[in-house]
Amino acid sequence: MSKKASPARKGKSKSKSPRKALQAESAPPPKPPAPPRARKSAAPETAESMAVQQKEIAVSEFFAKNRHLLGFDNPRKALLTCVKEAVDNSLDACEEGGILPEIWVIIEPANGNGSAAGGEAKKTADAPLTGLASGKGGAKEETQPSLLETVHPEIAQSVSTSLANVTRFRVTVRDNGPGIVKAQIPNIFGRLLYGSKFHRLRMSRGQQGIGISAAGMYGLLTTGQSVEIISRTGRKKPAHRFELQMDTRKNRAEIIKDQELANWPRFTVSDADAAPAEPEEVEHGTEVRIVLEARFQRGRASVDEYMEQTAIANPHAEIHYIAPDGARRDFPREVNEVPASPAAIKPHPYGVELGVLIRMLKETKHKHLGGFLQKEFSRVSLKVAQEICAKAGLTTLTWCSQVVRDQADRLHAAIQGTKIMAPPTNCLVPIGPQQILKGLLKEIKAEFCCAATRDPAVYRGNPFQIEVGLAYGGQLPADDSARVIRFANRVPLLYQPSACAITKSVVDVGWRNYALSQPRNSGPEGPLVIFVHMASVWVPFTSESKEAVAGYDEIAREIKLALQECGRKLSLYIRRRQHAAREGQRRHVFERYIGEVVNACGKMIRVNRKQLYAELQAVAKRRTAKADERFDENGNPIRPGRDELAADANVVVIESNAPEADADAVVPAAVPDADKPKAGRKGAAAKKSRAARGLFDENEGQ
Amino acid sequence: MAKQTRKRHAATGKKLQGLAQSVVKAAHAKRDPGIVIPTRALSNSVYDAKRKIITMGKGSQTRTFFNLGMARKFMQTMLIASGCKELNDQGKTTSIRDLFYHCKHTIEGTRENTFDEQSESDPIIEDLEVAIGSLREELGLFAENKGSMVGPMTIVDAGDTIDLRRMGSGGWSVPSIVESDVIQFRKHEARYVLLIEKAAIWKRFNEDRFWDKHKCVILHGGGQPPRGVRRLLFRLHNELKLPVYVLTDNDPWGYYIYSVVKQGSINLAFESERMAVPRARFVGMSSFDVGRFDIDSSVTIALKDEDRNRAREILKYPWFADKREWKREIEQMLKTGVKLELEALSSKDFSFITQTYLPRKLKDKQWLD
Ligand SMILES: Nc1ncnc2c1ncn2[C@@H]1O[C@H](COP(=O)(O)OP(=O)(O)OP(=O)(O)O)[C@@H](O)[C@H]1O
Ligand SMILES: [Mg+2]
Repeated sequence: MSKKASPARKGKSKSKSPRKALQAESAPPPKPPAPPRARKSAAPETAESMAVQQKEIAVSEFFAKNRHLLGFDNPRKALLTCVKEAVDNSLDACEEGGILPEIWVIIEPANGNGSAAGGEAKKTADAPLTGLASGKGGAKEETQPSLLETVHPEIAQSVSTSLANVTRFRVTVRDNGPGIVKAQIPNIFGRLLYGSKFHRLRMSRGQQGIGISAAGMYGLLTTGQSVEIISRTGRKKPAHRFELQMDTRKNRAEIIKDQELANWPRFTVSDADAAPAEPEEVEHGTEVRIVLEARFQRGRASVDEYMEQTAIANPHAEIHYIAPDGARRDFPREVNEVPASPAAIKPHPYGVELGVLIRMLKETKHKHLGGFLQKEFSRVSLKVAQEICAKAGLTTLTWCSQVVRDQADRLHAAIQGTKIMAPPTNCLVPIGPQQILKGLLKEIKAEFCCAATRDPAVYRGNPFQIEVGLAYGGQLPADDSARVIRFANRVPLLYQPSACAITKSVVDVGWRNYALSQPRNSGPEGPLVIFVHMASVWVPFTSESKEAVAGYDEIAREIKLALQECGRKLSLYIRRRQHAAREGQRRHVFERYIGEVVNACGKMIRVNRKQLYAELQAVAKRRTAKADERFDENGNPIRPGRDELAADANVVVIESNAPEADADAVVPAAVPDADKPKAGRKGAAAKKSRAARGLFDENEGQ
Repeated sequence: MAKQTRKRHAATGKKLQGLAQSVVKAAHAKRDPGIVIPTRALSNSVYDAKRKIITMGKGSQTRTFFNLGMARKFMQTMLIASGCKELNDQGKTTSIRDLFYHCKHTIEGTRENTFDEQSESDPIIEDLEVAIGSLREELGLFAENKGSMVGPMTIVDAGDTIDLRRMGSGGWSVPSIVESDVIQFRKHEARYVLLIEKAAIWKRFNEDRFWDKHKCVILHGGGQPPRGVRRLLFRLHNELKLPVYVLTDNDPWGYYIYSVVKQGSINLAFESERMAVPRARFVGMSSFDVGRFDIDSSVTIALKDEDRNRAREILKYPWFADKREWKREIEQMLKTGVKLELEALSSKDFSFITQTYLPRKLKDKQWLD
């Protein structure tokens, strides 16, 4: 990757003085990095003169320049990415440690005096800062409401103008995880590509060992402030506090402060009322604090929404979140079980790319090809290894170090051409339908919820598993298109929906079959949230920023099947509800006419009108009993009898969230397409009977 | 009021009360109230080959209250019934339009009207007629006058003696109720009755004093003859023993008008017995008249698909099924592919129809039966 950065340009930008860089930062319209200009006047470079400028580029330096690859493209997204990296790590750590996660997220404005970081900034200011931060001016961008804001409009808050103008925030994320041993802290937070998850194929949120250090680096680059870490690994151990900066060129941490703490410091929140609940003593856990240049916004794809969706996909976590305006939201724990720890597996040969294969051949500690294939991959027996080698014109005894480029090429082709057993799938830990239901229902007051977890499947040798949950009706807005919330290994995907296989699959499903309306080339409409989760040892993202799932056929197919399975259940429910609503309307029609009929009878004979009215009403009520099926006299729900939905453990119907089967109630917004042909049929019948009466207008009644 | 009429009047009132009673009873027994209405449709019309009229079969439909498709009509039927009961109580008659207004109002607490158009209430009246077996006139209802009559005849209309020989250009307007308690026949010299489809042609016949010259009663119904005109035809035919001739345009609609006069209609099959004139004869126009009278082809009109379909439909009517001449007639129309209006005869001369056409047809007995 380092080849991408032009060494020549690198040399140039380095000549910038730190002071200049800082000025560039605060100057409003951010200038894009200047394109390389053909230097007409300068003498042509020679190989020798160029050689002076050619040198290794530190990965961290590369990422400092290409931060968009990691989700730091703009200040708004930077805040989200920072929170996300820290929270994802916390959840990963807790689960690996078998601990029920409790996580605190506190975001505070850190503007105050812009020069606070001045002194420290110098140290790191040799990093290129062009175009970082300043963002799109102070104006508030129009945002759409977040998921839960649409469900509970009362929580929707606008960001005050003063807060909208804040450009610097302090993000604190604490967890009750296993903590990090003292010696590793500088590496984890001060070095890019340093992590525990990269060298294994195991289902987890983090994969690359970049996340948190990139966030810290971004903070450092934009504010000059150190990353602060407190961690404690157990009761008997002391807590450690570090302040780190990093040398981007050496990809090394610079320890600014290293202290042992007697007491874990409590949260300091300006508004005491907003202070989150925290234990007296933190026995183990990690707290990360990063000050960064960012903007705070609510609504779609905001930190708020990330927190909401994280809570939904992680009902076993308890999360306390305090927004920079002091608004506090607590997401309670709904499930008291730590998800099973997924097993790591070796890569399956089908999934290995040529470049990776070549790298693995170079790095392997196995001498012979046979051992390499059998030990480094899953599902490769001696027989399979022999077959692969034979097909590639090699033997199991070929030395790995001797495999040349085109041999590797042949080996790669041979692998694809050999029948190899599918990888083991016990390495996947799905959320599970029950947990999905709990997660959805705890945040969304829907009236119907169902979930499905497909059996594991495989794409390109990688096991994966698709889960879908649907939440329908209740407080969800009826006149909107359905919200699709996407997750990969329990992490919400908030950006690039249109590039994502999940969104595409939702559009591909024929929702009209499931009693929902669906405009052409789009998802369904109606009061619906569609939850889709992909669990995999390796989620194929379309780009490094981990925002959209790539569209492998196998994945798209599984998503569709899961959506259809849930869709069928939903349609059962919708049709039942529509039926009840129609019955209600029917009674309303009857009741309208009862008065007229009673009066007509009263004019013809002597009759107790009141009694007749009551009696007719009673008959009408009995005839439309279905409308009442769901409520007793007090409006309390009555359990429906044995029916398909009630018998399904993966379906939850919350009658009290359903609108009353009141006659004036609007029929479910989901326009019952199923009814249209019925109307058509009726029209046809009418036509037919007219035809039967002859072609003449029998209008001779006069 | 005549004794018989009074009795009928009281019986109608009882029947209406019975309807209300049945609703009360059903409600009391927790049943869905319903009104049995004999079906007025082709499926329930029977051709009585012996009497040569269309009668109503035994098919019926129960119009229930608590059925979404019927609720509104049920309510409307009860409103019409109660309106008729009021008329009955007060011994009054009124027009079906008037009754529509009488029963029309906005349902309390809604924006819905009990009736929106008269076209909604008219069929309900017919339903009520068949449901309780009382004719419209027994319910005290009449329609607007439609149709005119002149001829060498004196009648009494609601007590006033009227000489149909002195009716000027407009003729006597035929009321909707022509029962014997309203209309009585007196002295006459008529030898037959001529029913003409259109008012305009009837005017030609009146202006040319055809009725005087040929001693006949001429009558029109303004297109499809209304119930009053048909009932009057029936009475003239049966009480005065006058043959009936029908003169219509040469098109399927004309055939149909003749068919209704002769056998009765599907919709009002229950009235056939007192309105149909099975021995009525069709004098024209015929598809063969083009040849017979050397009519210029320029005045013919090409048949439309609709006409063809109607003609084929009429061919299938059971009452035309065994009539060879009729088959020939209709097939001739389909073959030539043209139709004719009565006015086409004016291409010869304005009075060709009264002076040549009809006299010759009658003389040559060129009619269809
Ligand atoms: N809160 C924490 N508690 C315990 N260990 C942690 C915590 N945060 C990070 N770590 C450790 O630090 C490593 C590096 O974290 P980092 O976020 O940089 O990379 P990652 O999570 O492995 O991958 P990714 O770049 O995809 O996030 C992790 O692999 C984990 O072992
Ligand atoms: Mg991470």
